[in-house]
Amino acid sequence: MGAWFSENGLLIGLALLDGLANAALIFMVAVGLNLVFGVLRIVNVAHGSLFAIGAYAAASLGLFLASLGLPPALGFAALVVAAALVGGILGPLIERLLLRRIYDQEQVLQLLVTFALFMILEDVQKLVWGVQPILQDAPMKLLGTVEVPFGEDTIPFTAYQLFLLPGVAVATLVGLAWFLRRTLTGRVIVAVTTDKEAAMAMGIDAAKVTLLTFTCGAALAALGGALASPTTSLVPGIGAQTIVLSFAVVATAGLGQIEGAAISALMIGLGRSIAVYLAPEFEVVVPYLIMVAVLLVRPQGLFGVPETRRV
Amino acid sequence: MTLAVSRRAAMLGAAATSGSLLFAGGQAGAQQKPAELRVGITTFLSGPASVFGVPARQAADLLFEEINKAGGIAGIPVRAFYVDEGPGTDHLVGEYRRLVQNEGVHIVFASISSGSCLACTPLSDEMKKTTLLWDCGTQRIFEEGPHPFAFRTQGYGTPEVLAPLLYLLKHKPDFRSIAVINQDYAWGRDSWELWKAGMDALKPGVRVLAELFPRFNSTDFSTEITRLLALRPDVILSTSWGGELVTLIRQASERKLFDRSLFVLPVAEASLQQLGKAMPQGHVIGARGDHWNNHPKPKDPARFKRFVDTYRAKYNEYPIYPCHHMAQAIAAMQAGIARAVAAKSGGWPNDQELANAFRGLTFDSPTSEITLREDGQGLEDQIVGLSSFTDRFAFAVPKDMVIFPAAMVSTPVGQKSVPWLKSLKTDVLDRMPAPIAG
Repeated sequence: MGAWFSENGLLIGLALLDGLANAALIFMVAVGLNLVFGVLRIVNVAHGSLFAIGAYAAASLGLFLASLGLPPALGFAALVVAAALVGGILGPLIERLLLRRIYDQEQVLQLLVTFALFMILEDVQKLVWGVQPILQDAPMKLLGTVEVPFGEDTIPFTAYQLFLLPGVAVATLVGLAWFLRRTLTGRVIVAVTTDKEAAMAMGIDAAKVTLLTFTCGAALAALGGALASPTTSLVPGIGAQTIVLSFAVVATAGLGQIEGAAISALMIGLGRSIAVYLAPEFEVVVPYLIMVAVLLVRPQGLFGVPETRRV
Repeated sequence: MTLAVSRRAAMLGAAATSGSLLFAGGQAGAQQKPAELRVGITTFLSGPASVFGVPARQAADLLFEEINKAGGIAGIPVRAFYVDEGPGTDHLVGEYRRLVQNEGVHIVFASISSGSCLACTPLSDEMKKTTLLWDCGTQRIFEEGPHPFAFRTQGYGTPEVLAPLLYLLKHKPDFRSIAVINQDYAWGRDSWELWKAGMDALKPGVRVLAELFPRFNSTDFSTEITRLLALRPDVILSTSWGGELVTLIRQASERKLFDRSLFVLPVAEASLQQLGKAMPQGHVIGARGDHWNNHPKPKDPARFKRFVDTYRAKYNEYPIYPCHHMAQAIAAMQAGIARAVAAKSGGWPNDQELANAFRGLTFDSPTSEITLREDGQGLEDQIVGLSSFTDRFAFAVPKDMVIFPAAMVSTPVGQKSVPWLKSLKTDVLDRMPAPIAG
């Protein structure tokens, strides 16, 4: 055992660094999905599209600013502005025009409607941005690389992935927890999440809360996409794989659990990275193995609370 | 001359074609000349592989428009019926039948995905419909059994992998270790099997430090790159393509992996425009054929330039290899139909006569001449070189190019690729043509 650790310990250390960045991005998307489900009780398949559109919008805005000859540092602002625009415009539009009409419908219908929206938005992406890969990596290049010691060698990591992504994820987690627990609006959201009928009886405008929550969730998905955009190339289909992984995180955490989403994302992100080192053929299935293992023991997820059946 | 086709004439043509299907089966009876030449084309119009499928469709639209303006093929206009491969093989099989039975297509172009081709080829046998495999690369098609109605109008996996391997063995003969990072699907796995068979025969003892097959459609290779940085292989092979290849190159370049290892990228050509100046120089790149924009000696330079310029003018980008493969399939169709019509002294061929015309057919592409062998496989030359930049292009193109004659790197008729690759001897390296500066 000791020999194994001395041989592989350094490699596992590297895998942990990769896993952190991976977990940070998954968390950003999953937490929005979880927040939306907590309040709206809708599993929004189109959440992945908001991630993709956020990514495309951030890359386009960044490229536009670069074409104007503006300082590359503005690329960071482009990430946030694009996410806010996508969340602020598409979020209310989708909630008002579509979701509001199906809150009281069967879950199957809700799934079908959001899946249809996902398909439509996939085509919209192709219409607007085409099918060829789009790149905008100025923010990642700007932060440069960091040499991490590895025995007598060093391994270069990008500072963007090593520091910025985990930093934003932690800030989002802390900010969201503070918002939900320490502000009046946040407490109103928690009240609606806990018992919508009772909250409405107390005079809370549930329609307003659902609109606000969905917009926040959409903005978080778009921010996840925007943050991912400098690290990858944007092609059709990026939304689909993101939503599948996010579902695994949400199911592992328990629907509606914010901190749980962070811990699940960490488990899945680290699990995938370690698998690449120890058993690469299992990298694809690790998230789902973790999910299945958790659900077998706790069907409500790691941090979920079993719902009492109302009569 | 453009033939005007009225709705009634088109319907009559379709009815006549549908009727002829009832008798399809090799009878050499008199065939009524159709009002239009109906071509069914399967390509990716959705999903990640639409990076290939959409440009290929654009190329087809462009060429059919030109052909129709010039009077069509054998005097009749061409009409394309596109089918999306994106929804999967089961859907495609149904669509193939619909194209033949309902739309009455005269010929089918199938497909980008090897899985699609493996599904469509038996259908061509069953429905006796001439099918041109216009882009897929699996070696299995013609090695696992005859397909009398199927013909591949370009190269395939074996030459597309063997040519870069031979190039590497000449360029860096002293490499001692290798790692592979391929997409986790048929092509990723098959291409590695082909490479390994050839490498073990020509340079035994190379250490394989890592075999990485990230999930198909991955958007992040950070962990794999970290592992490769730690392992320091002399060579890294990746037959990945599309957005995944672009992401891999960018992430690996940013983290200086290109400084530590020599990359071999047999399918790089289609991604180089997106990468622009971000593609590192001095790495081995291939194009699934010979259609580089800086081809050192294309067979018909004027035709090559015209195709590239027309495509660029219409779509604001250079054509990538699927566009050239589509153009090759269309050129093959023109030559095949001309041959079939000539064999019938101007009469219109039935399905069997049309298929017969493609066996052994030689047709010109803008860059070379392609012959369809007796087993249906096309012989397309391969050009491999080192990534470099010139004043002519805003993206990387190869230098020190080697033009591999197709017959040199293709499995002989009747043999299977893996055993053939395992039987290769190092004298094949002596027969390699000299590099051309480019």
